[in-house]
Amino acid sequence: MQAYGQQWFGNIRADILSGMVVGLALIPEALAFAFIVGVDPRVALYASFTMAVVIAFVGGRPAMVSAATGAMALVLVSLMANHGLQYVLAATVLTGVIQIFLGIFGVANLMRFIPNSVMLGFVNALGIMIFISQMPYLIGGSVLTYTFAIVTLILVYVIPRYFRLIPAPLIAIVVMTTIAFVSGVKLQTIGDLGTMPSTLPTFFMPDIPLNLETLKIILPYSLALSVVGLLESLLTAQVLDDMTDTSSNKNREARGQGIANFVNGFFGGMAGCALIGQSIINVKSGGRGRFSTFFAGVFLLFLIIILGDVVVDIPMPVLVGIMIMVSMTTFNWGSFTFLKQAPKSESIVMIVTVAVILYTSNLAIGVVVGVILSTLIFVANISRVHIELVDGIYKVKGPLFFASTSAFVKAFDEVTASRVVIDFEDSQVWDESAVGAMLKVREKLESKDIAVVFQGLNSSSKQLFEQFT
Amino acid sequence: MKIAVAVDGSEYAVRAAEFAINLAKHMPDAELEVIFVADFDKVKDDHLLTKSTDIIEWKREKKVNPVVELAKIDNIKARSVILKGKPNLEIIQYVNNNAVDHLVIGSRGRNTLQEMMLGSVSHKVVKRANCPVTVVK
Repeated sequence: MQAYGQQWFGNIRADILSGMVVGLALIPEALAFAFIVGVDPRVALYASFTMAVVIAFVGGRPAMVSAATGAMALVLVSLMANHGLQYVLAATVLTGVIQIFLGIFGVANLMRFIPNSVMLGFVNALGIMIFISQMPYLIGGSVLTYTFAIVTLILVYVIPRYFRLIPAPLIAIVVMTTIAFVSGVKLQTIGDLGTMPSTLPTFFMPDIPLNLETLKIILPYSLALSVVGLLESLLTAQVLDDMTDTSSNKNREARGQGIANFVNGFFGGMAGCALIGQSIINVKSGGRGRFSTFFAGVFLLFLIIILGDVVVDIPMPVLVGIMIMVSMTTFNWGSFTFLKQAPKSESIVMIVTVAVILYTSNLAIGVVVGVILSTLIFVANISRVHIELVDGIYKVKGPLFFASTSAFVKAFDEVTASRVVIDFEDSQVWDESAVGAMLKVREKLESKDIAVVFQGLNSSSKQLFEQFT
Repeated sequence: MKIAVAVDGSEYAVRAAEFAINLAKHMPDAELEVIFVADFDKVKDDHLLTKSTDIIEWKREKKVNPVVELAKIDNIKARSVILKGKPNLEIIQYVNNNAVDHLVIGSRGRNTLQEMMLGSVSHKVVKRANCPVTVVK
């Protein structure tokens, strides 16, 4: 890994340019995420600024962009609806604390236990949820609402064909807002959501009672936010490592996410994490260093303060169109091939993960259920032990451990020969239960006057066997 | 003479590779470079569909290594080149900066729908590569 200074200033010119592109690209999404949670646009814009700037200093993956995200927004929806903004901010601070601890305890090392079927289920459910979250604003809307959303959607897909310098969603916003303004049509606008920031975010304590009741309300949300945020951040870090052929410190990133959220909550921002899409845009635009992330945040805030009066006129259906595009790119279309090709158990894990998330509207619960399910399936698969009788020798095939012992013991129920040889060449004795089962079989057979010989134990199995006998 | 062939795992690439090997067989001192570009736009999906980075790299190598092996059977000096980025730009840049004398490329790639939207890689490469380019249909 490069030295810290090099990570900041090693690529300064390209970092400035890519930071500008990302800063531009952050605006439409931040606005739309605010719109999902139902908060003032400021809450998401401040979050994106604070997250980007703080993570530039404390993150583990240079050039990765963290800001307000759809995944975190979706977790916050019900907290906002039931308890209001102050609780959202408090939950953000607590999320930061949890993530800092998870980072210190090396949470990133646990990532390898999350199978890709669960990750796929996660991003697919996320895509579907973002899509569904936009439907209330379309269904039952006027023809005009539909027209604006659909034209925006077409623009964001067609513009990159001809012009790639400025992010397409931003161009679409400018074009559609101008059309709305010039034609004088009446549509709901950003201004109806709340006021735009005209100042830098300031430090303040979330206005909540500091008691157990509050903790009970925010803790479940903070836990979910921590899981979701780290999952998306560490996946993004992995993608960026690959794209840039460099490595990064994932536990430092987890800690950095925590610090960024902790600070973020005190400056009036909603919880955020790494944005896969924007991070990829950053690297594609040449960003490699910490400065690109830092500058993206600064440029975003600069634009918002300059353009605040114009931003309030952006029609909501335009944001709906952009969010539909975001949902389409979030969804992994390769999943359909995955379902056809992958082992059935992996497909089931993916589908269950999606189903649980959609049913509970909670991304974190789906991930936890998915991981537990795939672990159980793994244990069930590996606990299959066969005993084959070959030339008078009982050959044990499959590992012997607490979950496979009963099948092992049962296989010797009906033995009638006077001498039994049990071969462990294709097996592995894993734990005390396994040794116990071997002894039990021997005792049972010897009580029927059948001599028992164990053979073919590998060295670690033999060691374990001797340890318990 | 340095001949390069760009592959992407499609059937067009297989035909391009066969053509390139044939071409190299008939050239004195021919060297073959088999290029694969891991598309930045697909890296996210690669990591979602495959858990381990080693396996992802192995899958990329699997796209070029068979061609290298095939060339070696014919006693052609061959090596693989795996690049990352936007396929057309990376191929153009590599060909122009590494004194490639001749580039062979398939007329289409794996993703026909995307090509309808964005135009084919081969078309863009032909326009901007500085060496002669053979497009294999």
